[in-house]
Amino acid sequence: MGKSICCKKTLIRIILPLIIIITWEALAYLINNEFILPKIESILLVLLTPTADILGSGGLIGNAAISITRVLIGFLVAALVAIPLGIMMGRRETVHDFFDVTIQLIRPVPPLAWVPLSLAWFKIGITSMAFLIALGAFFPILLNTMDGVKGVKRTWIEAATNLGASEWHILKKVVLPGSAPTMWTGLRVGFGIAWMCVVAAEMLPGTNSGLGYLIMYAYNWGQVQVIIAGMVIIGLIGLIFDTFFKEVERRKFSWRELDR
Amino acid sequence: MNLLIEKLSRRFESEGGEAVNALCEISLEVMEGEFICILGPSGCGKTTLLRIIAGLEEPTQGRVKMNNEEVHGPNENLVMIFQDYSLFPWRNVTDNVEFGLEVRNIPPEKRRAKADEYIELVGLSSFRTNFPHELSGGMRQRVAVARALAVEPAVLLMDEPFGALDAQTRNLLQTEILEIWNKTKKTILFVTHSVDEALFLADRIIVLTARPGRIREIISVDLPRPRERTEPTFGALRKYVLSLIDQAKKD
Repeated sequence: MGKSICCKKTLIRIILPLIIIITWEALAYLINNEFILPKIESILLVLLTPTADILGSGGLIGNAAISITRVLIGFLVAALVAIPLGIMMGRRETVHDFFDVTIQLIRPVPPLAWVPLSLAWFKIGITSMAFLIALGAFFPILLNTMDGVKGVKRTWIEAATNLGASEWHILKKVVLPGSAPTMWTGLRVGFGIAWMCVVAAEMLPGTNSGLGYLIMYAYNWGQVQVIIAGMVIIGLIGLIFDTFFKEVERRKFSWRELDR
Repeated sequence: MNLLIEKLSRRFESEGGEAVNALCEISLEVMEGEFICILGPSGCGKTTLLRIIAGLEEPTQGRVKMNNEEVHGPNENLVMIFQDYSLFPWRNVTDNVEFGLEVRNIPPEKRRAKADEYIELVGLSSFRTNFPHELSGGMRQRVAVARALAVEPAVLLMDEPFGALDAQTRNLLQTEILEIWNKTKKTILFVTHSVDEALFLADRIIVLTARPGRIREIISVDLPRPRERTEPTFGALRKYVLSLIDQAKKD
């Protein structure tokens, strides 16, 4: 019974991807123009030789590694600033009021609108890219950290105080673990945005590596099968990271849902 | 152990700016090993009184003295048990019970032994590694009691600890807390709005009036334990205390 439900679920989940692949392949043969719609086998060929050099700009794996490194740098910078700030804003009303207006003003500006400024300030290179990525990841991390800290129950803090905990103990043993699930959601959302930002940032003029660069470069050479293979890799890497974040959430922070 | 409450008053500023008296000149001397219930209609400030004794709030006037020292802020001898258990949901039973010892920098082996001792006392030895969300309300409150006892305070302050439990669990925990009190010889201040609960547990019942909370009367309950709720003497006392509460509401 349970098994057949599980099988049915899997079946429903793969129907649409299968339809898309079959339709794609049919259309590709019909149109028969690799510049518009490459055949699945040409895309697979690129995907199955991920280390092979593509038009002198390196392989899929090499460029993916570069993109991942960049995103990790920007994401780390964002987390290192956003988490402490979020904790302070969640804990102290005055700190919140001090930063709130500025944050609300900057938040709606999309990271891409920062491109001209970041180029003017940091020139082309890892600094300007990390800056854009960090901007994208910053706000979800900040706001979720703040919400998480505000959601720490007063009785948890009072019980801890009453049992003799110092301010430092309360921060380390109550506020941090108590807000960690919400903070983790912020990191997860922030990472997703950071990953989108890195691909966009790599399309900027003057870049010469990374998955974003690779698909833009392939476009200039009319290699549509490389563009699509690159997009598949971008999607897969995003999915892998998101699954990692979700899995940690399920294992470590399940108490949030279960604790009424 | 020497706990003294001297002419304690607490005033709140309401949002409109007018002052509300929550507590008015409460004086009480608590004897060592005594079980005291603080009883009163809702809104009489009984929780506020307990919170001031626990050092979680400051009085407007008067003072609390523990072993001849004024209480300001947390005091190692006065530990509170909250109505909503206030367990840390990310810690299992053992880690919850160890919390107070952890922040006192007691070495791990020593605090594990202490935690085990008190978890056994409240009868949860087979649930050491369970998390609060896996336990029933009654079990959670037992964990909270063990956590409070683990830091070995002289006085337990209990704020309607069984208020959120169903009737049967409530009666069971009342019997258990008396056993624990017998074994550990703690002094207990227990806030409740249930006359029945107060009569079942207390050596003395402090009846408070409605706003502002003043002491209406202090009743010594001389019935032998275990007390039988169906006994005529119990019934007579209940009737008397209920009439006091009725008057207290009108005052």
